[in-house]
Amino acid sequence: MSYQPSATLDAETHDAISVDRSKGDFTFPERNKLDAGRGLTDKTVDYICDVKNDPPWLREFRHKALKVFLEKPLPTHWASKDLENINFDEIRYYLSDGEKPKRSWDDVPDDIKRTFDRLGIPQQERAFLAGVEAQYDSEAAYSNVKEELTKQGVIFVNSTEGLHQHEEVFRPWFGKVIPTSDNKFSALNSAVFSGGSFIYIPKGVKLKQPLQAYFRINSENFGQFERTLIIADEGAELMYMEGCTAPKFETATLHSAVVELVALKGAKIQYVTVQNWSSNVFNLVTKRGLAMEDAEVRWIDCNIGSRLTIKYPGVIMKGRRARGEVISIALANTGQHQDTGAKMIHAADETTSNIVSKSISVGKGRATYRGQVHIPKHLKGCKNNTECDALLINTNSRTDTYPAITVKGNRHSTQHEASVSQVSEDMLFYLMQRGLNQGQAMSLAVNGFINDLVREFPMEYSVELKRLIDLEMEGSVG
Amino acid sequence: MSLHIHDLRATLEDGTEILKGVTLDIPKGEVHAIMGPNGSGKSTLSKVIAGHEGYLVTGGSVTLDGQDIFSMSIDERSRAGIFLAFQYPSEVPGVSNANFIRAALQARLPQGEELDAVAYYHRLYAKMDLLEIDRKFTARSVNEGFSGGEKKRNEVLQLMMLEPLYAILDETDSGLDIDALKIVAKGVNAMRAPHRGFLLITHYQRLLDYIKPDYVHVMAEGRIVRSGGPELAHELEKDGYEFLKDLAPA
Repeated sequence: MSYQPSATLDAETHDAISVDRSKGDFTFPERNKLDAGRGLTDKTVDYICDVKNDPPWLREFRHKALKVFLEKPLPTHWASKDLENINFDEIRYYLSDGEKPKRSWDDVPDDIKRTFDRLGIPQQERAFLAGVEAQYDSEAAYSNVKEELTKQGVIFVNSTEGLHQHEEVFRPWFGKVIPTSDNKFSALNSAVFSGGSFIYIPKGVKLKQPLQAYFRINSENFGQFERTLIIADEGAELMYMEGCTAPKFETATLHSAVVELVALKGAKIQYVTVQNWSSNVFNLVTKRGLAMEDAEVRWIDCNIGSRLTIKYPGVIMKGRRARGEVISIALANTGQHQDTGAKMIHAADETTSNIVSKSISVGKGRATYRGQVHIPKHLKGCKNNTECDALLINTNSRTDTYPAITVKGNRHSTQHEASVSQVSEDMLFYLMQRGLNQGQAMSLAVNGFINDLVREFPMEYSVELKRLIDLEMEGSVG
Repeated sequence: MSLHIHDLRATLEDGTEILKGVTLDIPKGEVHAIMGPNGSGKSTLSKVIAGHEGYLVTGGSVTLDGQDIFSMSIDERSRAGIFLAFQYPSEVPGVSNANFIRAALQARLPQGEELDAVAYYHRLYAKMDLLEIDRKFTARSVNEGFSGGEKKRNEVLQLMMLEPLYAILDETDSGLDIDALKIVAKGVNAMRAPHRGFLLITHYQRLLDYIKPDYVHVMAEGRIVRSGGPELAHELEKDGYEFLKDLAPA
């Protein structure tokens, strides 16, 4: 590649942060002792409850959620009809080897360890992370957080451990930011969730290094339903990063997570996602944060890959002067539909939200932006800024923008800008006249288009992002 | 060894013929200037040589040291040694000048070989100093928000960094004040060498006061209608393109 900023990083760091999809395209034989079988009934839910030793309140919660899931229709009246191609009866809802997550990589079973080795997770942990959780199909295989953080009272465990060992912190917030009935897929997750992270950062503790979770699907026809709950107590700060991969299977695989963030007074949470699913994964995720007085929730979201992604990270600004932000990049290549956006719910005075969304559609790829900004009449001094820019490469690609900004009352300020552009023939001619082939020229133009957003990602991720885009663009020109 | 253009004919996509049989030989070590009124086909000639897809070559040939360039893509022509300094260079938002030029150089290296970043910046800064370009320039997006003069200096900087075998400068003097023109000329003159050929396309004689051509050609209506030494440029400056009216239409 001509355009390789990674030269500034040493080889090990580079390998460590690589989320190259070709790197993720391998699989080990399934070793699942615990398998809920195919299809979803009350029995499946009971199986999961039994295996996970759920308390009675959670068993009840799951069964109610299953009912909601079965009652709710697919949202195909507004979302893609492709959802109808998910065969819920064929999916396997729980797969695990029955082992508890390990605190040391040495104790992780060999094939799982090799998986994460190849994806570079242990090196990343050494290189720049404060803690790591690595989930393999339904359960975490490894989770660890640096000792000094544990001493400060930081909790970073998987959701099962969270609800068993820290129920007093976990339960009051669980399902409160995203209720079960929010949508069909949040209900599905609530019924069968397993894995995901539970994080609690005590008052005033500010993490200098990010926490990371890595989600890996290894089994075909599998549904991964992790559930993450992050609570930053008053004045606490953290950055959480998640990476996702799966090998290429012949049949569709489902990933449907629920992520709830709670930023108490003056707290700051940054949640960074670099999703690089293979092109047969349905990625239907509900993510929402609650920001109390003077708190801040930022979603920094990059969606590359998957067959269909539906995801609108949101922030409910419940306390005065709370801030919400969504920075999102989506790249839709042929055979992919990225349906992404943001939801900003202003529920207190002087709250501020910012949405910056950039999408790139290549070939027959399709990018959709849906934004919802809600500022009710009784509030004052609220601000929203929405920018969405789409870049089209190739005449077949498609982009849609559906902004819904509801502002009532006249004591607010909102701003909305949208643009659609193309990599022009003239620009391509210019770049190619300097010796770049078409793929390299496209990569450069695309990297330029998202450059200001890439800077919002941690250094290690932004370098990798650029490389991923290079790979996508190289493959997309004939 | 030369850039050889023989009886070149080209049309727009709608069939309008712009080049009506251009023949020109630019040996290495020589500087040729093409002058002519607007619409005579000068810029089209440069774009057709570079491979712009908006034109259809309907006849003739262009060879680079004997090699047919019409079988090569735009980028292959560039890497084979053809450089075009654009009259209106494109803006590339979000891509820094330093990364852009670096990508162009990297594209010339064999696969697996990495450009030496330290040596690269060393060279880049030296050329920028010669062209009196501020260091802040490296971080700015390619041509975005550049003044006319900055854009042209950037084109010459790229020429100096890429060291082509044949450089075509399309109206590099247009929109420049005299100080900027002198700087641009300094850069081009520094690149003159026995192993490099130049084709300067210009409307005005002024550029040729600073970059002395070996030969001057006059283009009109898609053809070269007169060729001569540097004195031809002075003649044109004095008498303008009036003489063209006397030339019988083909």
